[in-house]
Amino acid sequence: MSQGAPRGANSAPSQRPLADTRAPDEGDGVDTSPDISDSIAKTTCYMCACRCGIDVHIKDGKVRYINGNKDHPVNRGVICGKGSAGIMQHYSPARLKKPLLRTGPRGSGEFREIEWEEAFSIATERLSAIRRTDPKKLAFFTGRDQSQSLTGWWASQFGTPNFAAHGGFCSVNMAAGGLYTIGGSFWEFGEPDWDNTKYFMLFGVAEDHDSNPIKIGLGKLKARGAKVVSINPCRTGYNAIADDWIGIRPGTDGLFVFALIHELLKAGCVDLDYLLRYTNAHVLVIQEQNAADDGLFVRDAAGNPLAWDRMAKTQVNATDASAKPALTGSFTVDGRRCVPVFQLIADRYLQESYSPDMVAERCGVPADTIRRIAAELAHVAFEQAIELPVAWTDWPGRRHETIKGRPVAMHAMRGISAHSNGFHTCRAIHLLQVLLGTVDVPGGFRFKPPYPRSAPPGPKPAGRHVKPMTPLEGMPLGFVCGPDDLLVDEGGTPLRIDKAYSWDAPLAAHGLMHTVIRNAWAGDPYPIDTLMMYMSNMAWNSSMNTVETIAMLTDTDEAGNYKIPFIIYSDAYYSETVPFADLVLPDTTYLERHDCISLLDRPISHADGPGDAIRHPVVEPDRDVRPFQTVLIELGARLGLPGFVNEDGAAKYRDYADYIVNHERTPGIGPLAGWRGKDGALVGNGEPNPDQLQRYIDNGGFWHHDFSADQRYYKMANRSYLDFAVQMGFIAKAEPIVFQLYSEPMQRFRLAGRGHGRVLPPESERSRIETCMDPLPFWYAPFEEAAVDLQKYPLHALTQRPMHMYHSWGSQNAWLRQITSQNRLFVHHRTAASLGLVDDDWVWIESINGRVKGQIKLVDGVNPDTVWTWNAIGKRRGSWGLKDDAAESNRGFLLNHIIGDQTSADKNGKRYSNSDPVTGQAAWFDLRVRIVKCAAEEAGFTEPQFERFQQPPHFEPAPDKLRFGAEFRMKREAAE
Amino acid sequence: MHPAFSVVFFTTATGAGYGLLALLGVLGGVGAIPADFWLGLISMGLALGLIAAGLLSSTGHLGRPERAWRAFSQWRSSWLSREGVASVVTFVPAGLFGIGWVFFGHTGGWVAIAGLLAAIGAVVTVCTTGMIYASLKPIAQWHSRYTLPGYLIFSAMTGGVLLNALLQFFAIGSNTLLAGCVLLTGLGWGWKLATWRYNDRLEIPTTANTATGLAGGTVRSMEWPHTEENYLLKEMGFRIARKHSVRLRQIAQLLAFGLPIVLLLAAFGLPWLFVAVLSILAAVIQFAGMLVERWLFFAEAKHTVTLYYGR
Amino acid sequence: MTCLPAHTDKRLGLVIDLDTCVGCQACVTACKEWNTGGHMAPLTDIDPYGGNVDGVWFNRVHSYEHTTEMGGRTVNFPRSCLHCETPACVTVCPTGASYKRASDGIVLIDEDKCIGCKLCSWACPYGAREFDTDVGVMKKCTLCVDRIYNDNLAEDDRVPACVAACPTSARHFGDLGDPLSAVSQLVAERGGVDLMPEMGYHPTNKYLPPRAHTTRAASVPAPALEPVRTEGGFLGWVDRMLSN
Repeated sequence: MSQGAPRGANSAPSQRPLADTRAPDEGDGVDTSPDISDSIAKTTCYMCACRCGIDVHIKDGKVRYINGNKDHPVNRGVICGKGSAGIMQHYSPARLKKPLLRTGPRGSGEFREIEWEEAFSIATERLSAIRRTDPKKLAFFTGRDQSQSLTGWWASQFGTPNFAAHGGFCSVNMAAGGLYTIGGSFWEFGEPDWDNTKYFMLFGVAEDHDSNPIKIGLGKLKARGAKVVSINPCRTGYNAIADDWIGIRPGTDGLFVFALIHELLKAGCVDLDYLLRYTNAHVLVIQEQNAADDGLFVRDAAGNPLAWDRMAKTQVNATDASAKPALTGSFTVDGRRCVPVFQLIADRYLQESYSPDMVAERCGVPADTIRRIAAELAHVAFEQAIELPVAWTDWPGRRHETIKGRPVAMHAMRGISAHSNGFHTCRAIHLLQVLLGTVDVPGGFRFKPPYPRSAPPGPKPAGRHVKPMTPLEGMPLGFVCGPDDLLVDEGGTPLRIDKAYSWDAPLAAHGLMHTVIRNAWAGDPYPIDTLMMYMSNMAWNSSMNTVETIAMLTDTDEAGNYKIPFIIYSDAYYSETVPFADLVLPDTTYLERHDCISLLDRPISHADGPGDAIRHPVVEPDRDVRPFQTVLIELGARLGLPGFVNEDGAAKYRDYADYIVNHERTPGIGPLAGWRGKDGALVGNGEPNPDQLQRYIDNGGFWHHDFSADQRYYKMANRSYLDFAVQMGFIAKAEPIVFQLYSEPMQRFRLAGRGHGRVLPPESERSRIETCMDPLPFWYAPFEEAAVDLQKYPLHALTQRPMHMYHSWGSQNAWLRQITSQNRLFVHHRTAASLGLVDDDWVWIESINGRVKGQIKLVDGVNPDTVWTWNAIGKRRGSWGLKDDAAESNRGFLLNHIIGDQTSADKNGKRYSNSDPVTGQAAWFDLRVRIVKCAAEEAGFTEPQFERFQQPPHFEPAPDKLRFGAEFRMKREAAE
Repeated sequence: MHPAFSVVFFTTATGAGYGLLALLGVLGGVGAIPADFWLGLISMGLALGLIAAGLLSSTGHLGRPERAWRAFSQWRSSWLSREGVASVVTFVPAGLFGIGWVFFGHTGGWVAIAGLLAAIGAVVTVCTTGMIYASLKPIAQWHSRYTLPGYLIFSAMTGGVLLNALLQFFAIGSNTLLAGCVLLTGLGWGWKLATWRYNDRLEIPTTANTATGLAGGTVRSMEWPHTEENYLLKEMGFRIARKHSVRLRQIAQLLAFGLPIVLLLAAFGLPWLFVAVLSILAAVIQFAGMLVERWLFFAEAKHTVTLYYGR
Repeated sequence: MTCLPAHTDKRLGLVIDLDTCVGCQACVTACKEWNTGGHMAPLTDIDPYGGNVDGVWFNRVHSYEHTTEMGGRTVNFPRSCLHCETPACVTVCPTGASYKRASDGIVLIDEDKCIGCKLCSWACPYGAREFDTDVGVMKKCTLCVDRIYNDNLAEDDRVPACVAACPTSARHFGDLGDPLSAVSQLVAERGGVDLMPEMGYHPTNKYLPPRAHTTRAASVPAPALEPVRTEGGFLGWVDRMLSN
């Protein structure tokens, strides 16, 4: 039999079907061709944020089997451990069944079931009163959802600036660090050139976003024998397969990178040509100590940054492609002393304090190793450079006969991000990439459309003017370019409840969801009325300082009223947060609803072309639940929000599906880019197409456009790509995107810290602003490390997400929880020996914020100064449909209990959120601990323990036995 | 290996039963033991009762006991199947012998032949039982030259001590028989000690290295594929603490060998009642001791799958 | 029939690349979900939401730390039936439930004949067989015999579920009896090994060892970096480069 053309990722000759797939005549009566499904629905997975395409096989109205969609650009047929276990998520015993209204005290879990009509009228009445009086009294924060372009727009139409999703406690440092530097970012917005890279460096990634694409990519590297270097305190997962594992001390990656840069600069291993063409390395920076514009770019009258032309010996427009700009030296322009950005870079990173010998001890990495890695980077980048035989044209029209590349790729994620120095560390990695000339080149790191965008991209955050019954002037989240864009009042007080875009967190591109509960409880900067949340476990593993967070959620004033007056929460499952809601809106599972994975939000593009996707209901809900997005749209209509009603006041959209098809953010641009226009012939820009969803379904649930070969690299300066990006609405003008090695917006904040400008930080904030808003990346000790007695708390403590779990979701899954239902604390053998600990001991893990008890497992593959555990395995009794004796609530523990949500008080007595001072990113990984063997009678069970939640009405106890799949076999055999 | 009571009892009881049957078959058939109705009834009843109880107990280990009949089919490859066949086949000459010897009071002739065949059947059956364990390569403590002789020796020993108890009870015992039992028990003790010595010094070529194919150095388990114990660990991951093992070995030796030898030696020259009581006591204590020995036989056996779990 | 076939036409099996496996458990749950509705359905889970959860799985992934004088490495290690050439799990079976197919070498269990004596699981050194206490019979990997020949699947889906799922391409499938097959060549090229060869079971499945700290490891022959020798140091070098 012939073999068709191989589809999908696993199609090597050693992974294909047998040449002859006819069943041999064995005569053993085995049915080798059982019927599998009545139908196959192609939709998008939601077992994590990766958004893989899945084929859901439906048999007798039940899900028989889920496998990866071979044609899908994200996963190309593969599926991860979570994705295959989707069946058990869909049939979880923790699924909510009906809207709930709280009857007992908050946090008890005592509810009564109500009808949807009652739920809507309660919510509408409450929110309507807020909107009539003071819209910011609604704080609307969504969690891990993938509909932020809808939810943000809804908040904007409602008129509250108090909106964000979970990015602030996820990885905003990576987003902001990238977007302010190269106009794109790691995360899932870029990817290594898996097919061409020869040297791959992985910083702090533990199966985070883009999980299957990264795994597919690693498989390709391994198949080709490319070198994989991991920089991670823990040697698990991706790091396990590295050819070189560098067990760095947490929070010191920035120093490590600077030492590499130091070595590369010293040896002249930087790509000057690349720097001149694609970065601001040659832009002139004013050097006048006390001037109000010190450190800003020298600009011409039109505002264009200037450079110094070496030949003409005069200033030129820095974007003049014909100029011969200087990269070093000191010049005088219009009487002002100025130097090129690159001079500042050389001055800083050639300092001896950044040499391998100086950072080695702090990083826990031998200086020789740092020197070796630097040499390898240089060797691969400059001696093993590659060229693809494809001609392309750059933005000023210069034709290049080939596409040149330096095959060094890097990827970084939460290990970098979740420190209070993460923003600068992320920028440091981008600086390293750019110096080597490896961004968006063959073999390097590649942008995924709609990126790159200008660094930073627009627009700015809205929310300065909050008025009753009035939408915001824009979207609540955006990118600030200087103090003038901050959301603070005259006195410097934050305008947002989470203090995003305030002096506490100026570049808070994703908001600070992790501060909302404390701030709302404290009435700081102001009290709110209603906290509406979606799909984020804020009373448990999504919060720091869980114990106090729970207390704040249930705290009352003298009159006995809750300090956070009303909480509306939507979730599909009975999580630890549901019992704290006053009104619960039960969501559907991912197989029961519409969704769009939109270019307006977090698309499924890959570097070779943009894409987006949908979810659509493949099974009918068997409960009285509704998709949250549809509920939100109806709520918007009932409230009469401008975008949600027609002129006659009638609802504009029937449901989310209707919105997906017919909503236009700007004319012609809607949630989905594929099959636009009346007949579906247009891409990206066009009228709504009533058949759009069907076209997606027919195409396997997604749309994807493949770039032509000449559009695939150098997107920041590729004319053909830039024209396409304009046509698609990714960028406004076909102008090159200049990498901002030196960040002028940062310098504007720094100047404000020095007292220059119209909007100034309060006196007490100035030195912090001046220090942290350095326009070039720098390294400082993570805040907790700098604040605590390191003798007393000698260890770093980290969490990693198991590859088979997504946050707290996995524990309700009968299959996934079998793999891990108790998390251990992993401790280095040597460290344990020095503490007199042996395998399986129970220990107290103590930080300045409290203590938690767990069981240890000794390992070698961890930085000896670091202990770590799997995240979000510990569960509160009564949640997630688990039985009371489940290991999750008896032996599993949650490290969150001992991670403070605030820093120690500074000299002014101020306690900031435990976050990066630039972006507000939660600094989960700054945690310092000590571990102490617990008393014999304390061993065997975790502490602290919390009261068991009551079960919602009509919750059936979890079954004692699962025989999933037996019904399919019985039916098959009966048919024989 | 998990010492399931059903299997511990099965091997101990059938071992004793077949031992007794073999001795009765040979000695009764040729008239060395007189054909006495009550003696015959009780002794054959005990032998066949132990065998039947053991076999019945073994079905307690089965997931689908109603299909146990299928176990007779694969005698060409499976020691378990062979055991099933042998045990059932042995019932035929044993039954004939029982009828002739007990009910007709015959010895010699066809009764002797039936007795001999029953004895051969018993020995074969015990061999097959031993081979079930001895053939299992993943369990080094079983896959040794000690296992099969052990089963035969213990079968002869427990059968002999039982026979002695019966004969002494019926006052037809002899010092020779007593001496034989002491010798058999001593042989059993020695064999067990030798077995333990062998097992304790066993250098098993299968290690975590060969189990994972990771050559050289150390291979340490970091995480199991599952948090809670699964079938493999419950069935084959049984662990016994060193100190418990030492204690139980002492108890096994005391009950299975030490005390019976003392009791049997003490019986020499004593009046009938004392000899009978001591002999019965020796048999009962030895049986209890053999249950402990057999429990240890399982508990101390380490299956290679435990290497995957770092046990 | 539990006597082994003297010869099998094919030796179908898996090749597992320990150099590439990241331990993501994809093959584990893909196997579970396919097989819980497949040939041996169901793979029962006892106490699925409680403290003694215990389910039947055909494929499990361990993780180990392998330390030699060359260095240490974490190794994720998938473990499933190796479809041995001379599997004692088959020969010990008293009922003929356990058998090795003469056509393709797959080791299977005929559930209707299984009495649940568990002896096959004792005879398997690799822990490849798991007992379903709910129905009282032994269950095991079928090498997806109901996928690889399945006319109801698209042709290119006719591979074991674990191979189709594996996101890092660490699993391979084919005829290891044919020295010219892609899997056999992969094994030869990468020095694939048998597990517990001393048992003499002749496993069909092969494992490709990790390459780090071996001569097969990816390496970059980079000479040490030397500071630029141009006058004026690094800045002088930049000037010289730009003027060229």
